[in-house]
Amino acid sequence: MGMTLAEKIIAQKTGRSQVEPGEIVIAKVDCAMMDDILGPRVQIADELKRLNKSIWNPSKVVVISDHYFPAATVKQAEIVAFTRKWTQEYNIENYFEGIGPCHQILAEKGFCLPNSLLVGTDSHTCTAGAFGCFGTGIGSTEMLGVLITGEIWLRVPETIKINWEGNLSNGVMAKDVILKTIGDLGHAGATYKVIEFCGSAVRSMPIDERMCLTNMAVEAGAKTGLIEADKTVYEYLQATGRANFDEPLRSDPDAIYCREINYNASELVPQIACPHEVDNVKSVEEVSGLSLDQAYLGSCTGGRLNDLAVAANILKNRKVAFNCRLLVSPASHDIWLKAAQTGILQTLAEAGAVILAPTCGACLGVHSGVIASGERCISSTNRNFTGRMGSREAEVYLASPATVAASALEGRIADPRQYM
Amino acid sequence: MADFIIRGRALKFGDNINTDLISPARYMELSYKEIAAHAMEGADLDFVKKLRPGDIIVAGRNFGSGSSRETAPIALKYAGVGAVIADFFARIFYRNAINIGLPVFESSAASLINEGDELEVDALTGVIRNITQKSEYRALALPQHIIELIKAGGLIGYLESKFRRDQYASSNDTF
Ligand code: SF4
Repeated sequence: MGMTLAEKIIAQKTGRSQVEPGEIVIAKVDCAMMDDILGPRVQIADELKRLNKSIWNPSKVVVISDHYFPAATVKQAEIVAFTRKWTQEYNIENYFEGIGPCHQILAEKGFCLPNSLLVGTDSHTCTAGAFGCFGTGIGSTEMLGVLITGEIWLRVPETIKINWEGNLSNGVMAKDVILKTIGDLGHAGATYKVIEFCGSAVRSMPIDERMCLTNMAVEAGAKTGLIEADKTVYEYLQATGRANFDEPLRSDPDAIYCREINYNASELVPQIACPHEVDNVKSVEEVSGLSLDQAYLGSCTGGRLNDLAVAANILKNRKVAFNCRLLVSPASHDIWLKAAQTGILQTLAEAGAVILAPTCGACLGVHSGVIASGERCISSTNRNFTGRMGSREAEVYLASPATVAASALEGRIADPRQYM
Repeated sequence: MADFIIRGRALKFGDNINTDLISPARYMELSYKEIAAHAMEGADLDFVKKLRPGDIIVAGRNFGSGSSRETAPIALKYAGVGAVIADFFARIFYRNAINIGLPVFESSAASLINEGDELEVDALTGVIRNITQKSEYRALALPQHIIELIKAGGLIGYLESKFRRDQYASSNDTF
């Protein structure tokens, strides 16, 4: 019987030739990632000591301080300091601090490998699916079990196939693709399931764009979002120095999907998720004209080099509206540097943007640009829940970097296609 | 196996109560006690005031969507919530709740329960008795090993007893 990509990866990790949706299996973990906010300091450090256990394989553990960097309060600083010291105590060499949101760093450092199983203490660990890597978010207590045993129990998920064929129009980005998909699936439409993204529109996307798709799979409730690894992935990994990995697995032609949705990419127009749900999706046109107080370009969803380049193209030789501040947080130190070298940061700053550190910060409302009550923000991030970016009385609209840039320019929600 | 019955009043919520409503990120620097003092604040500012120990949250679809933060179920547990009944849960929340020892039950009868109803949930059979309305509903019964885990106070307590028997690493029936 044919298997999907997700089923094949899980089968391999359990040492079996075949698994079926619904089965509960114990799988071997290839990489375990912890961040600062939900990592060692939440029970893990204490309990590891109390149980007097060591880590199954420190070389497979990655720890990234990103949420509380640069720290805004003494408490945040102490959490980062604690995390850093803990990695030293346990000889974890893969510790990264202040160089960007964890999912981007995992990719840049070559930890998202095709056919592998990656678990992380962050719900957007599904981002790794862009590399044909089964990445999924788990809680801290569960991570403790993984650290000790190197294994995790999983229920083999069913797969939903999302097929985008054709070419996206100018000014339409991966963010629009995923918002449209989530709007149709609903915020729980893929709960306990895997989303596999297929079709020529997906295959022609660069890695930066693919990661935006898989990043938001969890916003439909999915366990992970997967894209078959191909030449684009191979070239990216080669550049990270990780050229050696197994031949990528692929879904069989007769694999069974629990649902299939087909889209024509050329028909898609810019999309926007309105408060306070990610599946409250409309076309940008429907809400254009709403005034803004902040525009945010950043995060593991929408702060990559391609995102910044698209925004810079729109903002070149123009100025951000006086009523709207534009904050830019490149998604990694590496992206920051490349954007500086290519003049993108200069262009954005000249247009009036404030360039921030590569950090989670405002994306989850803990520092570097939180919003006040009554304020409205347009953001290239992935969640617009009540209170997510600051005050409970603020509104967050989620859109593509192109829409964020065009909106910052006008000081109100605006369709980017007129600036292409 | 000994009985595992949870009793309390129903406190009702709607669909899609996400982790930012249960426990927003800005409280995550605080102690569990302080986090618990703000439980459910995003959905109901008076929740903690209303709550009596053992009360049962009864919600609609997709409870606990969003972040993988364990502080969401932890906030509920430390505030004194006895269990959560919902149409269904978001995946990570469901695992986290079990792992930290907060009983969670999926039941399509959630909408039949009114605010303040006295409830009794039998975790072993999945029967929910509504004492106020004199009716009974079914929830998905929890598998026995999950109940053991919850009773042990969560995954840590469970692992501990496992290690005591020195079986965990080789055991295939862990879950
Ligand atoms: S950038 Fe936002 S979504 Fe990404 S890991 Fe950080 S807080 Fe989470």
